[in-house]
Amino acid sequence: MPDSPDAHIDGSTVPWSSSNDFDLTVDGRSRRVRGSWLGETLLYVLRERLGLPGSKNACEQGECGSCSVLLDDVVVCSCLILAADAQGCTIRTVEGLSASGDAADVQDAMVRCGAVQCGFCTPGLVVAIYDLLRHSPDATDMEIRESLSGNLCRCTGYGRIFEAVREVQRGRSCARL
Amino acid sequence: MALAVPSTLDEAIDAVAGAPDAQLLAGGTDFCVQVSFGLRRPTGVVSLRRVDDLRGWSADSDTITIGASTTYTAMIEQLTGLLPALAGAARSVGSPQIRNMGTLGGNVATASPAGDTLPVLLGLDARVGLAGTTGRRSVALHDLVTGPKRTSMLPGEIIVDVTTRRPRGPQHFLKVGTRNAMVISIASAAVGIDPEAETVSCALGSVGPVPLRAPQAEAFAASEIDWAAMTASDSALARFGSLAASEASPIDDHRSSAAYRRAAVAVIAERGLRRCLRDAG
Repeated sequence: MPDSPDAHIDGSTVPWSSSNDFDLTVDGRSRRVRGSWLGETLLYVLRERLGLPGSKNACEQGECGSCSVLLDDVVVCSCLILAADAQGCTIRTVEGLSASGDAADVQDAMVRCGAVQCGFCTPGLVVAIYDLLRHSPDATDMEIRESLSGNLCRCTGYGRIFEAVREVQRGRSCARL
Repeated sequence: MALAVPSTLDEAIDAVAGAPDAQLLAGGTDFCVQVSFGLRRPTGVVSLRRVDDLRGWSADSDTITIGASTTYTAMIEQLTGLLPALAGAARSVGSPQIRNMGTLGGNVATASPAGDTLPVLLGLDARVGLAGTTGRRSVALHDLVTGPKRTSMLPGEIIVDVTTRRPRGPQHFLKVGTRNAMVISIASAAVGIDPEAETVSCALGSVGPVPLRAPQAEAFAASEIDWAAMTASDSALARFGSLAASEASPIDDHRSSAAYRRAAVAVIAERGLRRCLRDAG
């Protein structure tokens, strides 16, 4: 294994990088990550190195969905991605969705419907609900349940969360009229 | 730790050849957990994220070939018509987030007894396409998976694709777990019928060190089905389930007991065969 940065193995066409500094594209900005161990997950780097604590760290094994982000426009668990492997990808976090206003109605509906209690699962749910409703604006109850099955809530209960989704659907469908 | 991000299969083969201890990284749903929990401290990782040669699928009149990087979501969205049981198994994996990341090649390479696509693939006599510095080869899935999380892949080999025969009749995947989402199989079965050849396939997951076929149950069902009417007696269907259960070799572990797994296999194998006959009738 080469240990010098960007070394080439004899005859290999592929650069190996062991540089601990690299760039990520997060919420439309290029962000420099410095001094990272290359085994760090995207979740860890977002929270601990880039000052973006919106994505929550709970299970670190893809079970709870509280670290959900959009990677190249696809909803994923950021705890299951090596940050260094996300170089060149477009990353959108709950902070970015919030700042852009793209998920504003989702956030409002969750507050209005009482879908936020301790709030720990909320950022992941905002990302997952945002992703669901842009692909399936008229999602049925079963589709909502399946889409949110990877986001665990342990205190609010899912009834109010589902109600918030339906509230967003109602609001958007009125806006379409 | 060093990271290589090749963009072609040849580059990936080169990268692994130069670093035989390197870990191949596809969807990351297994590997990243091991790293985060301190169970693995990789010295090198070869990411397959940018290798387009591993994506996509193709079909001819007899076979279907699926690229190793095909995600569970892509299987659901693109293969439900051609391989409904595979799409069904894919839909039972994890959550949308997991299904957006996890890949078919990863499921095969991880070779977990509970890998949900494996019984479906085994029931379709799948072969796995491998590439390494010495060239390409194709290995039957049955020979590739040699034990729990063990395969006969050689150092430096990469899974390129998986080729199944094209189903000539219905196939169903059934799985038992504690809920419908985010659950690792306690027992699973992929049951299919070929009304033309008058054969039955029955492959089981999570009930042995490797996914396994139940040949006695298959032969019994094939002989008991009234292929003209697409029916079988209730007692024959129940016997089919019992035979499948007797061919399983489950263990007690933290997810379930051997006895429960055996009972579950009998139920889901029978139910799978009933669904196949219903679809074909």
